[in-house]
Amino acid sequence: MAAGSTYTPIATNTVSGSSTSSITFNSFSGYTDIVIISNGTFNTGDNGYNLTFNSDTGTNYSTTYLYGDGSSAASVRASNANAISAARMNTSFGVGITHIMNYANSTTYKTVLSRGNSGALVNANVGLWRSTSAITSLTVACPAGISNFVAGTTFTLYGITAA
Amino acid sequence: MANTYTLIEAKTLTTTTASVTFSTIPATYTDLLLKISSRNNDIYNEIHFRFNGNTGNNYSGINVYGNGSSAISSSSSSISSLQNLTVQSVSTQTASTFGNVELYIPNYTSSNNKSISADGVQENNATSAQAMLGAGLWAQTNAITSIEAFPSIGSFVQYSTFYLYGISNS
Repeated sequence: MAAGSTYTPIATNTVSGSSTSSITFNSFSGYTDIVIISNGTFNTGDNGYNLTFNSDTGTNYSTTYLYGDGSSAASVRASNANAISAARMNTSFGVGITHIMNYANSTTYKTVLSRGNSGALVNANVGLWRSTSAITSLTVACPAGISNFVAGTTFTLYGITAA
Repeated sequence: MANTYTLIEAKTLTTTTASVTFSTIPATYTDLLLKISSRNNDIYNEIHFRFNGNTGNNYSGINVYGNGSSAISSSSSSISSLQNLTVQSVSTQTASTFGNVELYIPNYTSSNNKSISADGVQENNATSAQAMLGAGLWAQTNAITSIEAFPSIGSFVQYSTFYLYGISNS
């Protein structure tokens, strides 16, 4: 398979202990797109993990959600938020796949597509960061009301190169 | 650069086939990705999955589903295969159309229960088509060493393809 040269692991962070509420990736230059693969749980609750860029905690993010909880499907959205709500997680091991397209360009706002699968809900979210800055760091964090990721939770960052 | 996205095995069906199994999955990768292009010779769009030949009631899942006019969600628990997470094309749909299915399995060798992300779509330029997003769980702590895919009823038709990739995080 020749695709190895286009899909490159950048870093993996495996949570240990019970005090990790956020993880930041800093060094991922030289790619076209980046992908975050998550596999893990919160200590409590059921929500999307927060995703922010370049330490920006302003109200520069928005998210549109499509989700199903096993009995109904719905779509909602949040504007002028402090973070993108990405892949859904809860207290059973779930998988998240979050794509950040054309992250290094300095002319457009940045778009995120995130698929989440908790034990209680499946979601597909589209997020926007209203900044033209190239993304040089990203932080995944527990949302309000959830204190930490559980030990064994993994976040892996991959870079995709167009050519 | 590291070879992180490796084809483990490819299968292209040369005849109608009831079940497809990848039985020699090495433990050397971090995640698994199964990509399927398939069509059923019957009217049922579901694909079922089993790991390690396990037929116990250890599978569960949730989906959200749209068909061009409405969206719904359903779930299943304590069943004998992963099901109702994806959709493929079926015999009553436009000829030569095949559904696209993707299954992502992170940390497939871990000692935790295995969570699965599934996406499936089948478009056929007709009044109804379907897209489904699914979350699955195999409540077993064994490493996954084999994957079986099979329609709920019917068989995969000729030219259906199944590609299994291993993804390494280092």
